[in-house]
Amino acid sequence: MAEVSSEQRSQQRPLSPHLQIYRPQINMVMSILHRLTGVGLYFGSLLLAWWLFAAAAGPDYFAFVNGLFTTWLGLIVLVGCTWALIHHMLGGIRHFIWDSGAGLDIPTVDLLSWGTIILSVILTAGLWFYVALERGWFSL
Amino acid sequence: MVLVMTMITPLKRVRGLGSAKEGADHFLKQRLTAVANLILTPFLIWLIATLAGADLASVKATLSHPLVATALIVLVLSVAIHMRIGMQVIIEDYVHSEGVKMFLLLANTLFAFGVAAIAIFAVLKLSFGT
Repeated sequence: MAEVSSEQRSQQRPLSPHLQIYRPQINMVMSILHRLTGVGLYFGSLLLAWWLFAAAAGPDYFAFVNGLFTTWLGLIVLVGCTWALIHHMLGGIRHFIWDSGAGLDIPTVDLLSWGTIILSVILTAGLWFYVALERGWFSL
Repeated sequence: MVLVMTMITPLKRVRGLGSAKEGADHFLKQRLTAVANLILTPFLIWLIATLAGADLASVKATLSHPLVATALIVLVLSVAIHMRIGMQVIIEDYVHSEGVKMFLLLANTLFAFGVAAIAIFAVLKLSFGT
């Protein structure tokens, strides 16, 4: 076999189309979101650990952390984290269905992908509506 | 020249050891912890619904319940393993400089274990501490 340098090889090989070529499709967007929500939750786990640590540390430190978490910015981050959690969980279910070999035809792929995003938003909204109502942040 | 059709590298063929037999290890662990997370995430969502923005007395009362504390510790362990593997895949996908990759893989492991240690310590202290 003739020797081919890696430089020549990369010159000769055509590049496969990448993100900027493809028209976004819902299953592709959900795939990217699954990875992004995973990264978000990776760092979000620090918030859970911090909050647990604050509860264990004592009243003053808990009041400080709880105060930060219940500011507008804190709540936006928390809502984002719970949405990421729910979206990633639903995405996981979708991947389990695909792992079994089922649901790989295009209509089902589209249905599962749309289902993931729609259900994740509905469940997150429901969760925080419940929290806000229970804590008396607003009343009906 | 004898052409040997084989999937193993020349070095492995010389050593005669075959593969390390851990090829599916991460795949299986990621799915095992995903099943555990699938059971435990609804619990975490319930916990958030119950305790988000709540005062320390109710937080302590809920978290020191043996079932809640146990479930939370199992959740933290499962999540730590799951997110460590997930982040490792991402690092290996995007970081191609060997030195930076090694550093990030190390940091990834320390982060996952660190978060788990803090969370588990806190839950145990809430259960057993005064």
